[in-house]
Amino acid sequence: MTADRAAIHDLFAEYGAHLDALRYDDWLGLFAAECSYYVMPRENHERGLPAGLIYCDTRAVLEDRIRALQEANKYNIHSDRHLIGLPRLVRQEGEAFLVEAPFAVYQTEQEGDTRLFATGLYRARLQATEAPLKIREQLVLLDTFAVPSLLATPL
Amino acid sequence: MITADIWPALDYSRVPYRLYHDPALYEREQERIFRGPAWSYLCLDAEIPGPGDFRTTYVGDTPVIVNRDRGGEVQAFVNRCAHRGAIVRRELSGNATEHTCIYHQWCYGLDGGLMAIPFRRGIRGKGGLDPSFDLGAHGLRRLRVAGVNGAIFGTLAADAEPLEDYLGPPVLAQVRRLLERPVRVLGYNRQRIRANWKLYAENTRDNYHASLLHEFLVTFGLDRATQVGGVTMDARHRHNITWAEGGSDTDETANRAYGDARVRSNYLTLKEPSLVAFRPEHGDCLNLAVTSVFPGTVFVQISNSLAIRQIRPRGIDEVEVFQTMIGYADDPPEMTAHRLRQANLVGPAGLVSMEDGEAIEIAHRASKAETTAATVIELGGAGVISDRDYRVTDVPLRGFWSYYAELLGIEPAGAVR
Repeated sequence: MTADRAAIHDLFAEYGAHLDALRYDDWLGLFAAECSYYVMPRENHERGLPAGLIYCDTRAVLEDRIRALQEANKYNIHSDRHLIGLPRLVRQEGEAFLVEAPFAVYQTEQEGDTRLFATGLYRARLQATEAPLKIREQLVLLDTFAVPSLLATPL
Repeated sequence: MITADIWPALDYSRVPYRLYHDPALYEREQERIFRGPAWSYLCLDAEIPGPGDFRTTYVGDTPVIVNRDRGGEVQAFVNRCAHRGAIVRRELSGNATEHTCIYHQWCYGLDGGLMAIPFRRGIRGKGGLDPSFDLGAHGLRRLRVAGVNGAIFGTLAADAEPLEDYLGPPVLAQVRRLLERPVRVLGYNRQRIRANWKLYAENTRDNYHASLLHEFLVTFGLDRATQVGGVTMDARHRHNITWAEGGSDTDETANRAYGDARVRSNYLTLKEPSLVAFRPEHGDCLNLAVTSVFPGTVFVQISNSLAIRQIRPRGIDEVEVFQTMIGYADDPPEMTAHRLRQANLVGPAGLVSMEDGEAIEIAHRASKAETTAATVIELGGAGVISDRDYRVTDVPLRGFWSYYAELLGIEPAGAVR
């Protein structure tokens, strides 16, 4: 199998677009039936420490997080804007692609003030067993690990 | 200047909003509290296990180095060069035989003593320091350090009472309970909140808000005000333990209480129940124990998620909450996995804690311009400050303010303590 760069680019484009438009269920749809999603402070990653800010080691935990976000959690009223850099194909392992992409997320509050909320690197394992490509693992390496205010909406 | 007559009530049931916003007060807090007779958590023994291991941290906004010397003793000193005031040790952690400032390479030992100065005698007999300059008088300012079960505390005050007396029996027992076995650090997280640090210190003592602000708790039936629980303070009421017992109420009792209060309760189930499932491990059934030590240390147990927080003031308008996530060194891998999963509950993205950042930011923002009004602290009654065996209370906030007023020298005559 050859890497379908267009499909990888489309996946990341959809990823950001769904989050910014609050389409969390569609965003979940980009993940495989078995998947993981971690937001990891660079401070921990560099020291080999395992704790994450968000630690969804199974799809069930990820779905619980999104349900909590939709039904229970309260957070600063804002909108997100994901700027996702060009995905870089690191390597192919059988029917999986290891892909990295840098990102920045800006948050805009109700009265129109925008601030840089986070920068970091997506390190994803994409599953290509059948079309379309799905996210099997997503590690969000967070440069901005002194989290401004709080982290509710996914990166 | 803020004086003892600022208080509208002698029981601290009214706290003027000015106390969260006055820049001059911030300086006085740093001097009389953080550099005063209070003790602050610095780090864990487990983070600096060997000789030369160091961590850099803060006491209030004072930068501090903590290290282990060659004899195995923990030493702490202010991380500011005696020469030009630069940060001496810039890294967060590491191992070193000495600490050398990069600016002019003044070099300090693991006891903070000044060991060497480049070109001390100048070059070819010209320049350098006068021979009368006393290296011994120019070391890094030392902190007194003391520990409880591997938690290292420090104070800048020579006259601070002994740590164990400062904590008092109930808090000491809670810290020993949380650290009953050697610990392992699982990671750190940091949250920068645009609010005065005292709003966060109060938040950790506020039992009343938990199941109302943090709707995750009641939505998924994890923690409810109908559980057996309460607040326990030290004799001076400056510290507090907020506690609750798991499985001590029924869905029926909870639904009736929250229904009467028109608050939704327990209406969803998790796809991954282990996210909140509590495994008793300390020989008791406490599934919530939040121990706040004045001024800025919090020991946290929420279910099986364990953490220590430092409240780091960053000026009058901002605070960093620095949290160290821990497990026990002898946890089997499966228990570590459980704790990592339950770490989802706490921290800046915590399912039951993210709201605190927003709550105290909006409290800070709306009270900024207020010069006369005061906040109301009366849940569980006004008057005497004492322990409560129920959860709908914010009495420990009044204890915090009582000791705060004492240290700042603004305690009114006849005030409750």
